[in-house]
Amino acid sequence: MSDPSLLREQRRERMFFLSLAAPAIILVGVAAMVPILWILRQSFLTLAGEATLGNYEKILSSGLTWSSLVVTLELSLSTLALCMVLGIPLALALASASRRVANLALILIMLPLWTSILVRTYGWLVLLRKDGLVNTTLASLGLTDQPLPLVYNFTGALIGMTHYMLPLFVLPVYAAMRDIDGNLVRAAASLGAGFWRCVATIILRLAFSGIASGSMIVFIYTLGFFITPAVLGGGKVNPIAIRIERTLSTFQDWGSASALGMLLLIMVLIAGCMFFAIRRLSGERIRHA
Amino acid sequence: MLDAYHDSRLSRALIWTIASIVLMFLMLPTLIVVPLSFSASDLLEFPPKEWSLRWYETFFASAAWMAALKTSLMLGALTAVIAVPVAFLASIAINRLGFPLAGGVYAFLLTPSVTPGILLAIGLFVVLAKLGLIGSFIGVLAGHVTLAIPVAVVVLLPAVNRFDWQQAQAARSLGAAWSGVIGRIIAPQLSLSLVAAGLMAFLSSLDEAVISIFVANGPNTTLPKLMFISLRDQIDPTIAAISTLWTLFVGVVVLTLNMRTTNA
Repeated sequence: MSDPSLLREQRRERMFFLSLAAPAIILVGVAAMVPILWILRQSFLTLAGEATLGNYEKILSSGLTWSSLVVTLELSLSTLALCMVLGIPLALALASASRRVANLALILIMLPLWTSILVRTYGWLVLLRKDGLVNTTLASLGLTDQPLPLVYNFTGALIGMTHYMLPLFVLPVYAAMRDIDGNLVRAAASLGAGFWRCVATIILRLAFSGIASGSMIVFIYTLGFFITPAVLGGGKVNPIAIRIERTLSTFQDWGSASALGMLLLIMVLIAGCMFFAIRRLSGERIRHA
Repeated sequence: MLDAYHDSRLSRALIWTIASIVLMFLMLPTLIVVPLSFSASDLLEFPPKEWSLRWYETFFASAAWMAALKTSLMLGALTAVIAVPVAFLASIAINRLGFPLAGGVYAFLLTPSVTPGILLAIGLFVVLAKLGLIGSFIGVLAGHVTLAIPVAVVVLLPAVNRFDWQQAQAARSLGAAWSGVIGRIIAPQLSLSLVAAGLMAFLSSLDEAVISIFVANGPNTTLPKLMFISLRDQIDPTIAAISTLWTLFVGVVVLTLNMRTTNA
């Protein structure tokens, strides 16, 4: 190792491999990092180009920003809750099914993942309208007297977002459940644990890391959602992403829009750190238990 | 996994009932669109009273929709052609560099996938405006390639990690240049993953809407942007026809890929 020619050779190899990554680094740098940094810079500038904190003062003193923040969090948390309620039983069913059935169901789960977000949004628009399939079915079953307001509001945006995120939530949860040692479940059964006790204390506990990853994906993605609330929310649901677009299209206020963009980025970063902390803490607790 | 609970029929039935309903929930919006696309009526009545191909005719006869389709297909193809080789080389670098450089490169390349699309979109808008490239094909392409690189890296890195690197060392010790090792030994063995990465990159570009909404204009308007605009204004049944074609296309691609990879 101390041979200088060997060390030089090693360094040259490192430089070579780094140069292999250079095109990707440059592309991501130019088309993603530079734009983000530019928005950061712009959020601290006046229209005339002078340094200021005015943009942040302006957005933080505006009620519109705060109501957008509340809507964003409400949408993200509700989507996450629905994904858990719908996704965990689905993952559990898949993990307990035979390989064949599980693979077939996985294809059904993956297909909507690759269908265009606009195709899916359109489908929900058609289903949830006043005279859509859901309302006509409910009425013909005699469950409702008049059509329920299911779309162009918070409910519509929530349904669309849950539908979009559900496959991304189910996949890591299913992967974690599939890896659970079946002998542990058998041992629990033979020791007399009932079905639900086994699910709660063994399966959900051991699948925790998968549930945490799935939750992180759902929460972080939904914070910045734009298309689904824009179409299914019908202008009444305005999370941060839509507030940014409005600020630009209505007021051409680039300073405020940039500051709002940074606010969104900070929320994503905080959410990411929180989930990593939760995962690390719970991982240690399970290992020490 | 739950075979020890054969006797808990009721609980298992409950889990499966929920699972079936959730699967229906996942399929429903994609499936509902198919019969509507063959309706003869302007209204979105279900089930349609009369059938026709008029919405498909409208789609293929419309210059605006056709231009958007062409733009989107070209963007998707070019995105895949650029993003896959670039991500392939980066994956090799990540595999070979070791701690801590590899982690840094990996995290850097994944940032576009965790950054909110709206932020990338307005940032790209400002940068392209400075360069006078707003609405240009190359501007949208840059955005799509950046989003496709993490997608391709996530597909390719596990394949590169599984590769038997002793082959590369053998070739190197026999005097092969790295370009030969990568091009003639690694790439052919990972051809399936490269194709998969290409399709994923293509589909990610085809479906990208937020960046397109901000930076794609005029003749470079993409299909998702045009769909977004017409969904905002009114519910146009032409979109049902486009949706059906889109789902059919992606379904065929994903199923073929699935069969190829499970057979291999």
